[in-house]
Amino acid sequence: MPFIPHTENDVRDMLQAIGADSIDDLFDEIPAELRSGELKTVPAAMSEMTVDRMMRDRAALDGRPLNFIGAGAYEHYIPSAVWQIATRGEYYTAYTPYQAEASQGTLQLIYEFQSMMTGLTGMEVSNASLYDGASALAEAVLMAVRANRKSKSRRILMPTTVHPAYRSATHAIVHAQDIELLEVPFDPRTGRIDPASLEQWNEEDITALVIPQPNFFGVLEDVDALTAWAESRDIIVIAVVNPLSLALLKPPGEWGATGADIVCGDGQPLGAPLSSGGPYYGLMCSKMKYARQMPGRIVGRTVDADGKPGFVLTLQAREQHIRRSKATSNICTNQGLVVTASTIHMALMGPEGLKRVAAHSWRNTHDLLNRLADAGINTAFDSEHFHEIVIRVGQPAEQVLERMAESGVLGGYALSRDYPDMEDAILLCATETKTPADLERYISALKASL
Amino acid sequence: MSNIPADLRYTNSHEWVRDNGDGTVTVGITDHAQEQLGDLVFVETPEIGNTVEAGDACAVVESVKAASDIYAPLSGEIIEANPDLTDTPELVNSDPYGAGWIFQIRIEDEDALEELHSAEAYEAVIAEEE
Repeated sequence: MPFIPHTENDVRDMLQAIGADSIDDLFDEIPAELRSGELKTVPAAMSEMTVDRMMRDRAALDGRPLNFIGAGAYEHYIPSAVWQIATRGEYYTAYTPYQAEASQGTLQLIYEFQSMMTGLTGMEVSNASLYDGASALAEAVLMAVRANRKSKSRRILMPTTVHPAYRSATHAIVHAQDIELLEVPFDPRTGRIDPASLEQWNEEDITALVIPQPNFFGVLEDVDALTAWAESRDIIVIAVVNPLSLALLKPPGEWGATGADIVCGDGQPLGAPLSSGGPYYGLMCSKMKYARQMPGRIVGRTVDADGKPGFVLTLQAREQHIRRSKATSNICTNQGLVVTASTIHMALMGPEGLKRVAAHSWRNTHDLLNRLADAGINTAFDSEHFHEIVIRVGQPAEQVLERMAESGVLGGYALSRDYPDMEDAILLCATETKTPADLERYISALKASL
Repeated sequence: MSNIPADLRYTNSHEWVRDNGDGTVTVGITDHAQEQLGDLVFVETPEIGNTVEAGDACAVVESVKAASDIYAPLSGEIIEANPDLTDTPELVNSDPYGAGWIFQIRIEDEDALEELHSAEAYEAVIAEEE
């Protein structure tokens, strides 16, 4: 049998067999007014050569701006070897394999990835990745509701310092499942959650608490105090982390007395290019006791009948091909290729390399903060940060950023988009990719735009 | 032919129920059910103190290739869950009516016991399935 999709003859034979005249007939029961009809905004087909030319022309329009925007996706240097190796034929696949055990190399790579993730997060088990950070948080919330058998409320504490896109994606995924997301406000002076503010829920049935580290403002939360509050009430702690920051910060597995229960985040900072917003990948780790509640695939190491080591997809009874409607998630696909690149990136950098990148990023941002202070620009929050900070420019930030962009500097993210009362606030990030001259250029572009 | 003790009650979903005579019952899965599932690798027992309605999914048995819900045969409060199953789920295979019990319920209505199948009726249920 040839491995090609159905031919016109096949289509005709199939239609004949079921007594239909055309494919359109199959959609008869959908009223005409509900059909999309012609997609008028989609242009006619173009040749590869035409598309190639068009994309090059458009790419050139971007120029070569100096980028200080973070807000969830971060510009880091990716060694050339990473994608050179990742795109080898042996690795070049988008997913976990379907004939899993026949693909020992891919399974081993995912196993190594999981081992690196548990190492970074200080957790006991990792899955083979999810789609992205935002959907990983939604899955973590669903997982917490399954895992916390003492809580009946399905109420989740969701701080407003969690990435706004993560919050809205989570809301979209969980709200129809009778799960309530309760907002936890931040202290406007520090830009982080005041642990005392949680006391209003002391007597309530809460299923899980989400803790971002660093938070959306780049600020470091008081993770130990927040975790301790949740631990003493049997509330599941969901950590949302930037995995690169964990090369420096205390891993979530060590927060409070017993650590976070579930850790999620976006893997982009570990070897994935910005690339207009994706594809990235979502990471998820947890305590071993919750492994059966985890979504996604998990690779395990075992021995075969002859005692030889090998890799398998394990705990598959959670998954939809076995557990059907009661599966832990519809997500059994991972981001195979991006995870492959990320695993190679981490292997190449090593723990020391990741630590240096994280430290360099922190130092650059801190330098920029000092230069801004010298220039009379104030930070919004009096708190420790990772590689991102919020400044207040005393006038609408959107316009200031537009003027900076005209001079080729992408000066940051206008927080008014998500926090209407922070109209003059800019969230900015200086990773290891920035030189002292770049930082100086930021200052002069900002000064010229005020 | 699987073992169906005459002194127990049964459900369509292959749980057995033992009347402990003190308002509580012990629940497990039948010999027939464990044969169908094959070697168990994990049993998720219910949380002690939870109240359940008859027909609620309240435990899960997982074999290498399948996972199945265990339903509460009667309404009441979960008062005991077999702690040995965490480390030795295979007890359900080797001794389904004894050491492989799964949980105990303090039942709301003792009369409801009478509505469950007798051994004879359960044998007919299996016969019909096959």
